[in-house]
Amino acid sequence: MSALSLAGSVRSGERSARSIVEEHLAAIADGEGQIHAFNLVTADAALERADRVDDVVAQGGDPGLLAGVPVALKDNMCTRGVPTTCGSLILDGWRPPYDATVVERLDAAGAVIIGKTNMDEFAMGSSTENSAFGPTFNPRDTTRVPGGSSGGSAAAVAAGFTPLSLGSDTGGSIRQPAALCGVVGVKPTYGAVSRYGLVAFASSLDQIGPFARNVADAALLFEAVAGHDPLDSTSIPVSAPDLLGVLDRGVEGLRVGVIEEISGSGPTGLEGFAPDVQARLAEAAEALAAAGAVVEKASVPSTVFGLSAYYVIAPAEASSNLARFDGVRFGLRVDAENTVDMNAATRTAGFGDEVKRRIMLGTYALSAGYYDAYYGKSQKVRTLIVEDFARAYQSFDLLLSPTAPTTAFPIGEKVDDPMLMYLNDVCTIPSNLAGHPAMSVPFGVGDDGLPVGVQVLAPANGEPSMFRAAAVLEAAAGGSAGVAL
Amino acid sequence: MTSETVSEMDGWEVVIGLEVHAELATATKLFSGARNEFGGEPNTNIDPVSLGLPGSLPVLNEKAVELAIRVGLALNCSVQESEFARKNYFYPDMPKDFQISQFDQPINGEGWLELPDGRRIGIERAHLEEDTGKSTHVGGGGRIHEASYSLVDYNRAGVPLIEIVGKPDLRSGDDARAYVSELRSILVAIGASDGKMEEGSMRVDCNVSVRPVGEDELGTRCEVKNINSLRSLGRAVTYESRRQVDLITSGQKVDQQTRHWNEEDGRTHTLRSKEEAFDYRYFPEPDLVPVAPSAEWIDEIRAAMPLLPGERRHRLAEEAGIQPAAAALAVERGLDGLALASMDLGADPARVLVHVENNLADGQGALTADAFAALVSMETGGDLTATQAKTVLADLVDSGGDPAAVAATHGFETMDTSELEGFVDGLIAEHPDDWEAFVVGDEDERRKKSGFFVGQVMKATRGQADGRVVNEILERLAAGT
Repeated sequence: MSALSLAGSVRSGERSARSIVEEHLAAIADGEGQIHAFNLVTADAALERADRVDDVVAQGGDPGLLAGVPVALKDNMCTRGVPTTCGSLILDGWRPPYDATVVERLDAAGAVIIGKTNMDEFAMGSSTENSAFGPTFNPRDTTRVPGGSSGGSAAAVAAGFTPLSLGSDTGGSIRQPAALCGVVGVKPTYGAVSRYGLVAFASSLDQIGPFARNVADAALLFEAVAGHDPLDSTSIPVSAPDLLGVLDRGVEGLRVGVIEEISGSGPTGLEGFAPDVQARLAEAAEALAAAGAVVEKASVPSTVFGLSAYYVIAPAEASSNLARFDGVRFGLRVDAENTVDMNAATRTAGFGDEVKRRIMLGTYALSAGYYDAYYGKSQKVRTLIVEDFARAYQSFDLLLSPTAPTTAFPIGEKVDDPMLMYLNDVCTIPSNLAGHPAMSVPFGVGDDGLPVGVQVLAPANGEPSMFRAAAVLEAAAGGSAGVAL
Repeated sequence: MTSETVSEMDGWEVVIGLEVHAELATATKLFSGARNEFGGEPNTNIDPVSLGLPGSLPVLNEKAVELAIRVGLALNCSVQESEFARKNYFYPDMPKDFQISQFDQPINGEGWLELPDGRRIGIERAHLEEDTGKSTHVGGGGRIHEASYSLVDYNRAGVPLIEIVGKPDLRSGDDARAYVSELRSILVAIGASDGKMEEGSMRVDCNVSVRPVGEDELGTRCEVKNINSLRSLGRAVTYESRRQVDLITSGQKVDQQTRHWNEEDGRTHTLRSKEEAFDYRYFPEPDLVPVAPSAEWIDEIRAAMPLLPGERRHRLAEEAGIQPAAAALAVERGLDGLALASMDLGADPARVLVHVENNLADGQGALTADAFAALVSMETGGDLTATQAKTVLADLVDSGGDPAAVAATHGFETMDTSELEGFVDGLIAEHPDDWEAFVVGDEDERRKKSGFFVGQVMKATRGQADGRVVNEILERLAAGT
């Protein structure tokens, strides 16, 4: 059942929120052993919360648009009094004294938070294998990765543990796992959803966004959490866009460009795109054209430099953001003779290899004498990408590409080769660098029978037309993706 | 008190540039709603942002920006679009292990400050940044490396600071003190800070170098930290410049260092060398957006600014016909308004300023400009002696009132000249040696002895005599012998 109809049934009094939550907790109890989507299932709190929603309904109040709908949170969003680990040992024992803004908004909408999902440590990774608490397994094939870093949130939705979840996307961490798990995943315009209470990885790139099993549910969750927040200075001063209201408007007359450079379809650009993924992309483009869109090839040349720029900017910001995990105020502390040694011992024991690698990369990139060559140059590339997109959007309303170069890959295959792992994000990174919205929509399967995702990209605040195209693609692919509950 | 300047002693010039941090007098912190308050119980003025908790984000305090702009305008700086940057280094009292500061785009660019003597000292920039918490190291003599444990109070973490970076235009410890004192007066006058060095709400780091007089190139500088009072500033400059001259004249060279002023032993000690200096890895703060104050807002702030100490000195000096430097004390005491008003009512400017400087150290109290003007007129009209005027003035400050009535309650009336001559004659007879010394002595001796005789007359008349008249009698009698 969709989140929309679940909420509808609670609001109308047809079903109790408790029954919905119990049903999902049962699904988790059944399947979580094979998937490991969660770091923590907050069953008792969820049932109490469901009862409060039912009380509101019983008293004739408005329980909210997400009434009784379970939502799972990536474990980097602060929940008051509930452990928030970021998939890391360094936050051992920490219970935030406050709720993230998205958590407050979910609460206000009547949603029921059902647990905290597994992730690559501090959102650094593309397979959820970098979690200190062990990997998450792809519900479509448990020998495969679910993608990452929001792999737990994607898997929880794909496995039917929850109709909705939130992830965070810094370079593709919502869209890539959505593609690999066969669900819808949205990276909003930078500033559309508040980052207050999201443990930062790379502040200028991070965005919280929804996972759902269909486009309408993703729109529902998007609308619930988006909108200006005075606690986040980078929050856009506008209210949430109306998405549900425009989903059925189709794509008639919209101009859609397929980005040559990140789809392996042009004379220049990146390689390594699987033929089955390319084939699904071509079919998606045809589907949009069949629905009345004008589809052509598009060129956004500097997207090919995105990965390089990203792997300077994101680690640079991370090296600073992660400095506070020093053993002084919260989380893990490994005692030593003096403060400096305690800092070092704590960080050595608390951070995993990938996090350490990126902290070192970022520290180096910001160092005196190297700043201009690395960080400075990367910011110039970022500006180039913004300008290239702006040029492309003079001719197109939307752009299209694969979400990831391949379908889900086997667990362990890329974990020892960081560069190979990083290549997973070539298609998704440019939108983060530009601050633009993009979403992954399931569109058929590859030769291995595993889901393929198509990425729809839009200019800043272009979510309404992006969702319209997503709805058309979903219909063309044969309706709602994922496992029906 | 004056600090000796090296240049006067042996042909060396001291070059000083100051970095002054002042806490801005906002109700809340620079990036959150936690209270900005001195002296609370440890860790009570805190919230997720001031503790740097994961997920917390800074939101800029508009009042702090306004106060920073006031500082910029008061220091004749260009107020400009600015950006925040992260200054990265690990320290337990810095919650995020980076400080949000401003780097290459400060809110206030170049400007200047005028010292009371009229010299302009250049300002490089005045930027916004957040304060750190405070560590207490327990055991091991209170030093971080030997302590058995440390406690951190984050009440101060995130308090807004304005860092005012001065150009190396100061040439002595006295200069430095005058600069800081003037800066403090300005900050207090515009309501930007309470300027209390003893509470740490104003802190001074001092860059010192020396060079032979006549040399254009700057010498290698050392930055001296931990200066907690104006007195320490003068002492630290004297010690540090002397140390540098001694190094150079003994054939060594000055190493660029950060040094720590030790109040107890009166010396500076090496904190870290240039090689050990931190690499702060500055980069633009991605959690904040650029600050672009509109021209209208800046104009509004400018229009609401009070007169600055320098402007007040000029105004008083012009009215009183004196040099601005001579008006400094009156302005510092906040008595320039009183002085101007009483001058407007016809009081003699010179007498007004004498009283302001000598007899109103604790402020004007209940004294009104009307009463002050009337008192001074009585004095200059010969109805009150200077001593009597001082006594009446003290009463007026304490409890107000009309000077003539107050004088009457003291029974003050001027003695006539013949009565005084009688007193003086008697004194000469009692002290023939002193009289002889007065008559034949050099200028210095005469001054001393006239003081003695005036004092004796005052004693005998319980202060009712007019000292000037006594002097005239003494002079006349001496000329007649």
